[in-house]
Amino acid sequence: MAKIKYHILVCGGSACQELKNEEILSNFQELIIQKGLENEVQTIRTGCFGFCEFGPTVKIMPGNTYYAQVNALDCREIMEEHIINGRTVDRLLLQNVAREKNMGVLQETKPHRKQIRIALRNCGFINPENIDEYIARSGYQALGKVLTELTPEATIEILKKSGLRGRGGGGFPTGLKWEITRKVKADQKYVVCNADEGDPGAFMDRSVLEGDPHTVLEAMAINGYSTGADKGVIYIRAEYPLAVERLKIAMKQAREYGLLGNDILGTGFNFDIEIRYGAGAFVCGEETALIHSMEGLRGEPTVKPPFPSESGFLGKPTNVNNVETYANIPAIILKGSDWFSSIGTEKSKGTKVFALAGKINNVGLIEVPMGITLREVIFEIGGGIKNDRKFKAVQTGGPSGGMLTEKDLDTPIDYDNLIAAGSMMGSGGMIVMDEDDCMVAMAKFYLEFTVEESCGKCSPCRIGNKRLFEMLEKVTQGHAVMEDLDKLRNLSHVIKDTSLCGLGQTSPNPVLSSMDNFYHEYLEHVSDKKCRAGNCKSLMQYIVNPENCIGCTLCARNCPVDAIAGERKQAHVIDQEKCIKCGACMEKCKFNAIFIK
Amino acid sequence: MFIIHKPRNFVAGFNTFLMEKIKSLSALTALMENLRTKSNSPGSNSAQPLPIQVRVAMATCGIASGAREVMDVFIEEFTKRNIEATVIQTGCMGYCYAEPTVEITKPGTDPITFGYVDIRKASRIIDKYILNNELVEGIIPVNYESIDIK
Repeated sequence: MAKIKYHILVCGGSACQELKNEEILSNFQELIIQKGLENEVQTIRTGCFGFCEFGPTVKIMPGNTYYAQVNALDCREIMEEHIINGRTVDRLLLQNVAREKNMGVLQETKPHRKQIRIALRNCGFINPENIDEYIARSGYQALGKVLTELTPEATIEILKKSGLRGRGGGGFPTGLKWEITRKVKADQKYVVCNADEGDPGAFMDRSVLEGDPHTVLEAMAINGYSTGADKGVIYIRAEYPLAVERLKIAMKQAREYGLLGNDILGTGFNFDIEIRYGAGAFVCGEETALIHSMEGLRGEPTVKPPFPSESGFLGKPTNVNNVETYANIPAIILKGSDWFSSIGTEKSKGTKVFALAGKINNVGLIEVPMGITLREVIFEIGGGIKNDRKFKAVQTGGPSGGMLTEKDLDTPIDYDNLIAAGSMMGSGGMIVMDEDDCMVAMAKFYLEFTVEESCGKCSPCRIGNKRLFEMLEKVTQGHAVMEDLDKLRNLSHVIKDTSLCGLGQTSPNPVLSSMDNFYHEYLEHVSDKKCRAGNCKSLMQYIVNPENCIGCTLCARNCPVDAIAGERKQAHVIDQEKCIKCGACMEKCKFNAIFIK
Repeated sequence: MFIIHKPRNFVAGFNTFLMEKIKSLSALTALMENLRTKSNSPGSNSAQPLPIQVRVAMATCGIASGAREVMDVFIEEFTKRNIEATVIQTGCMGYCYAEPTVEITKPGTDPITFGYVDIRKASRIIDKYILNNELVEGIIPVNYESIDIK
């Protein structure tokens, strides 16, 4: 059997599907049969190529030829010219189509893809348990450069100029943070890696640690050199066993090579790292609580100042950065601050890793330049909403963030724009919701999380959030009155203004932002006792339609709480007092006689 | 523990730790250059043709959806059929919706990523793509650019 010589890959992304990629695929298949090339050319539909604005796209392998905006008639030309004669069809080449579309503005030879991987550059490519693979990818070169060519001040200057901001959520400029720690005089300083990723639905840091642990170690050593610390601590939650395991292997290998320890690369610089485990408390993502937890104390925050950069771990100046922040640093040192600051928006430079989750087709980990729009993230990279439902909102920033809606879809994503839109960057969780999600229930879900995770130290957070949760429960159960909505808003503001740490100061955000964007849903719950998403069980009623019911008694026999009454061959009735809304009756009914009101 | 037991004729990754400290930046750079000339290192600029490389995404999510079993199938089949190939475990490739994911680089071609790879599909990939150069459904094109810091 002759081996396949050419592969024709047709993009099967949702954008290309709308542009009739199926027709192109079948055209190619017909042409192959016409030419008798069944044994030499194979067609296949693939996932999305990421060039959605130039779709439908087709890729020919071998070679790296992409054809853009291919229509049904172009197939023959591609077949005859490229496959049979071996000449590319220049007018359809992706780079040419893109150049024309941009009226010659685009200087690059190929159009940019939506995703750029900086922090994730090695993730999914190297073996994380083999230091040699990291070294082959210029690993530890940045540390070498810093130790041999740059002073601590010059290193900090590079970071300051790069515009890198903390990726853990707050967005504090990293270079400035390092500089503050550097300027404090002390006999001992520490650098800490915050790997206490706690947002529901976020897994960016875990992925970096599992896929490329050495980049974090390298960046921590650079941090140590720049701030004057010789000890590093990684604070990681014990629920990440694989990340811990790979970190340990990485640390062992780095020590064997002398890339951690004493006299690193013969420069006289000493630096070593240890791991401290967290028990998975959300509040320990807050710097001061994290430090207390590392010291063996309760994970409770304290008032700032003093900031950790003055008095942190064991009372010594401590610089805390997040995993993803660290993962950017070796690349910035090697490629320069100008390169990094050329990516992103005016005040938010570089890229951000997001964990796309919820009602979206391509759930996954993505890294996009700052300034990309939500629309591009959700509908192009994410492949749109599952089951063709309608987009309703996206929660960024986890339980501290807010909901972004239809009107924010074209807002460029960066730290400041997200805050202006009533949410925040957070650590990078992005939970997409569709029309079947009730926004009150969503706010309640996040409140339930913060009630669980509140450390209990300050009353606004401990008691206030609990009261908020109870009020939301009243709303979802249909017992709330209009006054409750005002109370909900007032209490939210009080908690925000008076809580001790970031957890309490941001915990009412999901409530406030859902009230701002979806007040009508709150109103419906309160005044009409209705949940338009059909999510709040207490507001639903299962009802028997007497016209369809033949009285077969099947539903009554399957009801677990005996809430259905009725004689044989007569229409049945559901006792709403007894009904627990399990839906068993509706499932069993063969005559579509039961419906939800 | 996450140790891969490699059969003898299976071209292992290069776990050849020198156990020797790297004492200067130039020694580190020399090691880097040396590793890059090895035919099976990532981003190799080796002149010899590379063997087939199979990368299996083995982050928590991948393992949870069966990546370890899939990796075992590749290792076993390569041994059984005497195919010269390297199987590498990596971290997350980012395609959570299509786990387990496997990236295959054949000598002289672009890497191809296959999603939704279960044990049966792993065998199919070996039969169809690795041995016969036929593609299998479930291809995920690379939709990102990775920065190059060489």
